[in-house]
Amino acid sequence: MGCGVTKSTQLQLKPCNRGNISVPAATAMRAALLIQRWYRQYVARLEMRRRCTWNIFQSIEYSGQQDHIKLYNFFGYLMDHFSSANSQRNLVSHMFGDSDLFLDMEWERHVCYKEIEVPDIYTGPHLFFPLTISNVTELVDAFKNKQKLHARYVLQLLGKTWTLLRLMPNISHVCTCKHKEITICGDLHGHLEDLLLIFYKNGFPSAETPYVFNGDFVDRGKESIEILLVLFAFLLLYPHDVHLNRGNHEDHIVNLRYGFTKEVLGKYQVHGKMILKLLQKIFSWLPLATVIDQKVLILHGGISDKTDLNVIAKLERHRFVSALRPLKRRGASARQKDAALEPDGDDELSAGRRRVQSLTHGTPLRFRPEFPRHSVHSESGRTGRSVEQELRERRRLAGLSLSSDSDPAQVLETDADEWKQIVDVLWSDPMSQNGCVPNEVRGGGCYWGPDVSQEVLDRHKLQLLIRSHECKQEGYEFCHNGRVLTIFSASNYYDVGSNRGAYIRLGPDLIPHFKQFQSSRSTRELTLRQSVGRTELSALQALRMQLFTHKSALIHEFQEYDPQCTGVISVKHWAAAVEKVLRLGLPWRVLRSQLVTSSTQDGQGTLDYHHWVNQLSVIQPSTEIANTSLLETLYKHHSNLESIFRMIDTDHSGLISFEEFRQTWKLLSSHLQMDISDKAISDLAESIDFNKDGSIDINEFMEAFRLVEHSRAETEAPPSPE
Amino acid sequence: MADKFNAESIITETQKRISNAFDVFDHECNKTVDVREIGTIIRSLGCFPSEAELHDIIAELEDEEPTGFVRYEKFLPTMTKILLERKFRPITEDLLLQAFKVLDQQKNGHLEPEELTKYLTQEGESFTQEEIDEMLSAAVDPDKNAILYKDFVSMMTFDDTR
Repeated sequence: MGCGVTKSTQLQLKPCNRGNISVPAATAMRAALLIQRWYRQYVARLEMRRRCTWNIFQSIEYSGQQDHIKLYNFFGYLMDHFSSANSQRNLVSHMFGDSDLFLDMEWERHVCYKEIEVPDIYTGPHLFFPLTISNVTELVDAFKNKQKLHARYVLQLLGKTWTLLRLMPNISHVCTCKHKEITICGDLHGHLEDLLLIFYKNGFPSAETPYVFNGDFVDRGKESIEILLVLFAFLLLYPHDVHLNRGNHEDHIVNLRYGFTKEVLGKYQVHGKMILKLLQKIFSWLPLATVIDQKVLILHGGISDKTDLNVIAKLERHRFVSALRPLKRRGASARQKDAALEPDGDDELSAGRRRVQSLTHGTPLRFRPEFPRHSVHSESGRTGRSVEQELRERRRLAGLSLSSDSDPAQVLETDADEWKQIVDVLWSDPMSQNGCVPNEVRGGGCYWGPDVSQEVLDRHKLQLLIRSHECKQEGYEFCHNGRVLTIFSASNYYDVGSNRGAYIRLGPDLIPHFKQFQSSRSTRELTLRQSVGRTELSALQALRMQLFTHKSALIHEFQEYDPQCTGVISVKHWAAAVEKVLRLGLPWRVLRSQLVTSSTQDGQGTLDYHHWVNQLSVIQPSTEIANTSLLETLYKHHSNLESIFRMIDTDHSGLISFEEFRQTWKLLSSHLQMDISDKAISDLAESIDFNKDGSIDINEFMEAFRLVEHSRAETEAPPSPE
Repeated sequence: MADKFNAESIITETQKRISNAFDVFDHECNKTVDVREIGTIIRSLGCFPSEAELHDIIAELEDEEPTGFVRYEKFLPTMTKILLERKFRPITEDLLLQAFKVLDQQKNGHLEPEELTKYLTQEGESFTQEEIDEMLSAAVDPDKNAILYKDFVSMMTFDDTR
């Protein structure tokens, strides 16, 4: 170390090409240094904002999924608490229609596309079977031009896809055979533009360009059905070179909530429900995993310590139509009524789990010291049960027990095991700690650690696990000492500029090569500052919505800190209260500057909380609904309500009757132990029936909950996401 | 006595800020961050160190056997000192404007992109291509193809105060 040149001076001695510079050297250097120093600080601050924005989206996304699982518990509750004598039983059986009882044969007859005529005025693409490559490229072009495929062709295509999928094994085996490189794509989530970008950069699927698509083709994005049709078309063209794995979103119950059902019904008003029913079957027939050269395992979510590919290979995958839907059972009334559906453990357990996605290294699980840490050990410590038993108990409570003619105990055991294998594959996430714990954030599957990766992969003599399921800022991320790789192909997933998408090219050497991309011309034109700004606005808006739904609870909490009712509290208390209510695990003090305007806060670091709460976005006033606290409650549960409504609306007409609305609301409110009077519900139902015809249009109802941006001095209004 | 109380609360406040910023990058929740993120953390706390100064700080923070990670227990005291001693104070709008003016030899009120690029990529602690591209995309007025630095500085520093 005695060279006398420290790191500091090394950086400053750069050769200078004077050229036409006539500013004195020393001055120019000082000016440049200053500008550089300033700019780098600026960029760092932007980066900090971007990370925080990311965390906001993540925590809201995952807390939303928790909500969905509570919905699932609600269904179990329904099935438990209503005897056949009760008139509400009809609602329940209405909701859990028995369309799956159709035998496959009957279905073939049912799905008769032949009677559907394609009118002459139809200008969209035509399909001719068996498909040819030019026909399929025409289809892709048509979608690029925003055309719609006629329902007849959709049903025809889906029918053939279903036939093909039934011939496929649960796990596809592929080999790279000397020179072939396989392309692996992650979640697409209805982002057709990303799929087209991948095809543009990488080529269409073909015998020379085989592809694996790793699930989550639908939901969230607006072109889910188009993605499916394209993928299925290529599958039919090249059945040996295109491999589709099922994702957790290839599930009709999840679709009810996350937009796919709505998209299909919106685009296909006459035949939508038929299309959806057929898709239900197709989803259940999608293979669960792909293995390359017997060394690389590709599946959507992940694994658990119990994952056994031999079991997965042998089970009847199509029986598991939805990972979330309680399977039919007998003798619900005979079961113990005291089994609480939301055991007090549940709220504790689901509280405060925040996922943080790393930029540079392994996906971690965040344990906040304030909330109970849930390792396998603390679980069994509290309940005296193993993780396995705990999961089984929860499933039983939630109504997943099966009934059957054969030995119930035995069948129960096998089916439950198989169900767990599938749910683990579709829903699990990696964590950085060793072990395997239930994934309460998602509500299904596990968090599994590096030791589990090693054990499971070694046991199966595999070298790498490629999975998707989680959005990554760079589109991909390694973890678990390079043995697990996450690949995500939907760019701008949270909002424009939030993340890149990526795909993998894998050759015979089985070393993954990554290609990243980001769709949307507008992204490329935005500067870093603008794209961070936009995404941030979006995240903050989402956060304000969350805050708004908890208005009353927040006020209550603030008042705890303000015993003298002065109306002001310190910023410190504000942050503590907000976290206590929302439980998103976000850095509220850092976010404060974005959520609290100067008008509500004075120089002493205190805050007028009533004013602040009132400044949060308000509901669109067009609903003429007088009872605003009821409305607030409704808003809080609106996603769940929408899911329930769509389930009730079995004929997919978009309308439900007053009575159905009333019953649903009553059930949900009793389940949530809230007190809503019958009159309040009736009044609400009437006021929502905008055209006064005795039925409620679901979409209209949901429109009422679109929040209006409170007027702020925003200079950049984000353009509509088209 | 009032002073002592204030001093203590200032330190607590400061440490809370440091802790929050650190947590954002503590992905594994084990009170460590990747050393490559230290610069971002320090700067986001309002400091304007040069690259050289940053290198020195990092050298101080790393363990004898560099693991690529920095531990919070080392970071906190160092960062607290930096903040309390007000090291690496912000560059004011005026100072920044002056720097641009100095480079504008002809006193045109604007700079050519090529000019600025040359200065920033060849003098001082050179910008990478990515950095200069990014800056120019925000700084260059597309109609005039020049950097109207006065406007640019106002715009950027306005953002800063959000």
